[in-house]
Amino acid sequence: MANVPLPPPDSPPRMSRVFWRDDRFIQLAAQLIVLSIVAGLAIILVQNMAASLQRQGIALGFGFLDNAAGFDIGESLIRYTNSDTFARALLVGLLNTLLVSVLGIVLATILGIIVGIARLSSNWLVNRLAWLFIELMRNVPLLVLLIFIYTAFFLKLPRARQAIRLGPIYLSNRGVAMPWGEPTETWPIYLYIIIAAVGSAVLVAIGLRLWQERSGRPKPIALPALGTFAAMAVVGWLVLPQPPLTITTPQIAAFNFRGGLVLTPEFMALLIGLVIYTAAFIGEVVRAGIQSVPRGQVEAARALGLNSRRTLQLVVFPQALRVIIPPLTSQYLNLTKNSSLAVAIGYPDLFAVSGTIINQTGRAVEMIAVVMGVYLSVSLLTSLLMNWYNRRVRLVER
Amino acid sequence: MSTTTTSLPARAEALPPPTERYTVLGWLHKNLFSTWYNALLTVIFGVVVILLLRSALEWALTQARWEVITANLRLFMVGQYPAAATWRAWACVVLLALLIGLSWGIWGRNQRAGAITFGALPFLLAILAHGEARVALLIVGVAGAIGFALSRWRSAQLQRITILGWVIYFPLVILLISGLGSADGPLSLVTTNLWGGLLLTLLLTVVGIVFSFPLGVLLALGRQSSLPIVRALCVIYIEVIRGVPLITVLFMAQLMLPLFLPGVTIDRVVRAMAGIVLFSAAYLAENVRGGLQAIPRGQYEAARALGLNTWKMMLLIILPQALKAVIPILVGQFIALFKDTSLVVIVGLLDLMGIAKAVLAQPDFLGLQAEVYLFVALVYGVFCYLMSAFSQRLEARLNAAR
Repeated sequence: MANVPLPPPDSPPRMSRVFWRDDRFIQLAAQLIVLSIVAGLAIILVQNMAASLQRQGIALGFGFLDNAAGFDIGESLIRYTNSDTFARALLVGLLNTLLVSVLGIVLATILGIIVGIARLSSNWLVNRLAWLFIELMRNVPLLVLLIFIYTAFFLKLPRARQAIRLGPIYLSNRGVAMPWGEPTETWPIYLYIIIAAVGSAVLVAIGLRLWQERSGRPKPIALPALGTFAAMAVVGWLVLPQPPLTITTPQIAAFNFRGGLVLTPEFMALLIGLVIYTAAFIGEVVRAGIQSVPRGQVEAARALGLNSRRTLQLVVFPQALRVIIPPLTSQYLNLTKNSSLAVAIGYPDLFAVSGTIINQTGRAVEMIAVVMGVYLSVSLLTSLLMNWYNRRVRLVER
Repeated sequence: MSTTTTSLPARAEALPPPTERYTVLGWLHKNLFSTWYNALLTVIFGVVVILLLRSALEWALTQARWEVITANLRLFMVGQYPAAATWRAWACVVLLALLIGLSWGIWGRNQRAGAITFGALPFLLAILAHGEARVALLIVGVAGAIGFALSRWRSAQLQRITILGWVIYFPLVILLISGLGSADGPLSLVTTNLWGGLLLTLLLTVVGIVFSFPLGVLLALGRQSSLPIVRALCVIYIEVIRGVPLITVLFMAQLMLPLFLPGVTIDRVVRAMAGIVLFSAAYLAENVRGGLQAIPRGQYEAARALGLNTWKMMLLIILPQALKAVIPILVGQFIALFKDTSLVVIVGLLDLMGIAKAVLAQPDFLGLQAEVYLFVALVYGVFCYLMSAFSQRLEARLNAAR
């Protein structure tokens, strides 16, 4: 060991280093090279695309969106006829996507929480059934599930005349018909009353909250606020000269239903498929979240004298939420993106409508750009919202 | 304290801990009827389950027309793949059985019961099958058994060969199924428009895994890079792809690839593969990034201290650890990829779902959606279940090794 000659001590760093040995230069050069390769590829591809489009005699541009669409859309939240523009057709598709996504998210969350709790149940049968449900959903592609529900269930239902009756609800191959409120002349006024009721309920809740913080004693908050809302809603309904909604029940006409609300089989199949598929994933998220709260927390809460409801409400749930929110967000995003599978069963969502427009006009590039842009914005909005909520429930570490 | 312990009789005489033993009634009471609401739940769900099971069984055994499956089994499995080349698909299965047998013997300790059940599967299927398929299934079973027997002779070399075998297996499958340029001969080219059924579904998955994995690793490294432009490019790619549905990416690949590359004819299957690879790479990149973030800084510093440059540090020190940490998550991603390949039916490919649609259009089998889609769901379910069971085993093993 001793006779190994020591390496000569490093010469002090020279001030005039060769510039291509400098780390900063290498990093800059590497980035410029990557950037120029990517930019070069992009330019070549775009030029190719422009050339191919020119050969096909298509000019890029969004002007065509103002032309009359000329095709019908099965269901729409806003007024739409086939003489409306492509832009309006796209809006119809977007609203349909949003409708099924929002409803799906709400229902999937509720069902998912039930499944997650059932998975933790001490009842063997409930526990195993929840497990079976989760495994079934997670091991089958959503597309297979959707097409199965649509073709093997909804389209196999009897015709409207022989519809299956479940109380006031009819099931037939024309969809699900149920009683629904028909707005009357006083409906717009009633809407203002509802808004005012929500506002007062919020004010009551804030006031009680402040009082609770001031006095340091727990006060009931949710019940008085809900009471305020309900009271104003009921009084408003009774005070108006004419009830704002008249309830109509579906009547069987020749081949279809008249009156009430008729949900198409496409919509129902898509909604049910998305809800049960996502609920299985949410169930696992909820289970993992609840299990992540250490037992000691529950025991400590019981030792402080909280009853089991308060333990859940004040100790377990807030802590479980921190673990649940980020994966729950990605499930919401998945549900929204998965709603594009509507095209497989003929529900006119954004993607299906844009597919029709591509077939009609051949404007593939523009439509794909629009659709991708819209989904991207919806995804970004959802994750911004959920990140904001996540920051609120996150553990504040000292 | 020490005096009391020495004065006690030998510890071996201590009573064993009480074991939980239930009578049937005791078990029922604890698990089904512990409280009044549990009893209520049990009764309600019990009745519902019995009623559902009864009607489902009655339908499956008396009303369902399962001949739609048996008559079209070949279509479901390989689509229009030429009969003269079917042996290649079987060869892939035989190789797979050999590799599974070897791996089970080498790494699957104390799982003999599972191995025997799994190994008996091809023979059981062979009893049900007939003709060519029966012979092939017997060969598959024997291959698995040979692999298992070989692995008894434990040697480090065999282990290395097996790992190598897995690495070259997937490219080999693609080569075997697609064949080589020559028009005739044993390995003639089979154009992709003849691929179909489960074969196409599996090939889309294999191609997706093989090509998106390196791309995903590169993207993950790029996202962790200290170079701002590289990082920005990777972040944009990953976030854009993760923000849009797979079906739009598939559509883009179908409609825009021919525009981007004029003069080159890319057939539909390859375009779908490109879409799946581009999509899956972004998700894999995020999974790999999770692994990269789990590596302590000290590992980087130690690699630097050893004088490794950036590439050697990543390849030899960081990536092996990062990838090992996320293996179960990667398997989960591959399962998702397998399920996602079903979307190619929307762009008109004849994968398992596409074949199902085509079969339902046959005049003999109109209106048999329930039978056909249940069968398709069963096929997907079996594959996914096997993969996830494997991933859980692997996770337990990796956790135990840690």
